[in-house]
Amino acid sequence: MASSREIKRRIRSVKNVAQITRAMEMVSASKMRRAQRNVVATRPYAESMRQLIAELTGRIVGTGRKGTLLEVQPESGKVGLIVVTPDRGLCGSLISNVQRQTGRFILEQNKAGNQVESFTYGKKGRDFLVRSGQKVIAETMKLGDAPSLEQVLGVAQAALARVQTGEYSEVYIVYSEFVNTLVQRPALKRLVPVETPEAGGAPRLDFTYEPSQEELLEELLPRYVETQIYQAVLESIASEHSARMVAMRNATKSAKDLARELTLTFNKARQAAITKEVSEISSGANALADG
Amino acid sequence: MPVHLEIVTAERQIYSDEVDLISAPTRDGRVGILPRHAPLLTILQPGELTIVKDGTRTPFAVSGGFMEVLPDRVTILADTVERADDIDATRVEAAIKRAEELRQSAQTDQEMALAEAKLRKEMVRLQVMRMREIGRRQ
Repeated sequence: MASSREIKRRIRSVKNVAQITRAMEMVSASKMRRAQRNVVATRPYAESMRQLIAELTGRIVGTGRKGTLLEVQPESGKVGLIVVTPDRGLCGSLISNVQRQTGRFILEQNKAGNQVESFTYGKKGRDFLVRSGQKVIAETMKLGDAPSLEQVLGVAQAALARVQTGEYSEVYIVYSEFVNTLVQRPALKRLVPVETPEAGGAPRLDFTYEPSQEELLEELLPRYVETQIYQAVLESIASEHSARMVAMRNATKSAKDLARELTLTFNKARQAAITKEVSEISSGANALADG
Repeated sequence: MPVHLEIVTAERQIYSDEVDLISAPTRDGRVGILPRHAPLLTILQPGELTIVKDGTRTPFAVSGGFMEVLPDRVTILADTVERADDIDATRVEAAIKRAEELRQSAQTDQEMALAEAKLRKEMVRLQVMRMREIGRRQ
């Protein structure tokens, strides 16, 4: 059995760990709340945009001309992939889940004869792709907890520009979908060609379009895709913080359990030492009395 | 009978209220929207967006976006927008300078495009601010 001094040192270090993880849990909890608010704040814009596009695509169907981002492009043998991950670890299985999804997607595409080129938000995804020898075209790191749209646009536009030149036939995005505090799911979505949103039940009005419907749609679509990317980044941030909060809560609990166990061991060892001493003294006294 | 106006950006909702008049810079020229306007969908260009409510004018600087007009409701999907009162002259001038430097030193098309977009946005802010000053003097 370890000496009581060693056990005491371990108890102290475990308790220190518990204190740190507890602090991290609380920090993540407040960051998560803010991140969730940011996600919700983007919804009115995204919803309006979705409705407009649904409305416009519904009308243009007959004319045969659509925005490039909507059309199925001829196979180019190249596919763009946007990977959204946190910069930092210590958030449970979130990062490895996204990485696994990414890896699976790349393998599938390669099997189908498509080359995948990547665009990344966050350090972890970038490191993973670079390590596994993938081509990373553009990357953004250190976005912070509440990135502005402008910060997110650079990488997004680099990917979209390659669609417009016909280099990519499709663009996908992998990120961590924020379901709730306990559940974050790795999600893979196709961004381009844009999936036409369903028109709501609202009655159709006779709009005046300035300029033409086609031109409007062509202006709307890139923004629609950018908004989706922006939302994915924000959801990923909310996921990161809630995953970290849960991971840290578990870590705090484990550390406390361990400290309790160690305290028990320490007490036993102390008791054993005392018993031993007492028995030594009493046997010594007995020996003296016998002599 | 006022019209309900909502101004939203990709980041958040900026404005939501009943207003009497909206004057917006569209790509084909400035339009004024009164309540019960015919349905219209149009592209905004960088410029000044003015709202009149109970006789008070509130100018905004908008950098582009879309405007959906319904008889009782107007939704502006702005790329970026800010209240003219919030614009700070010295900061705008500094930003313009920075954007110009960025344009000078741009290596790739992407950087160039970004710098030009920034410059355009700052110019609009400056312009809106100047108009605001003229308005005050009158």
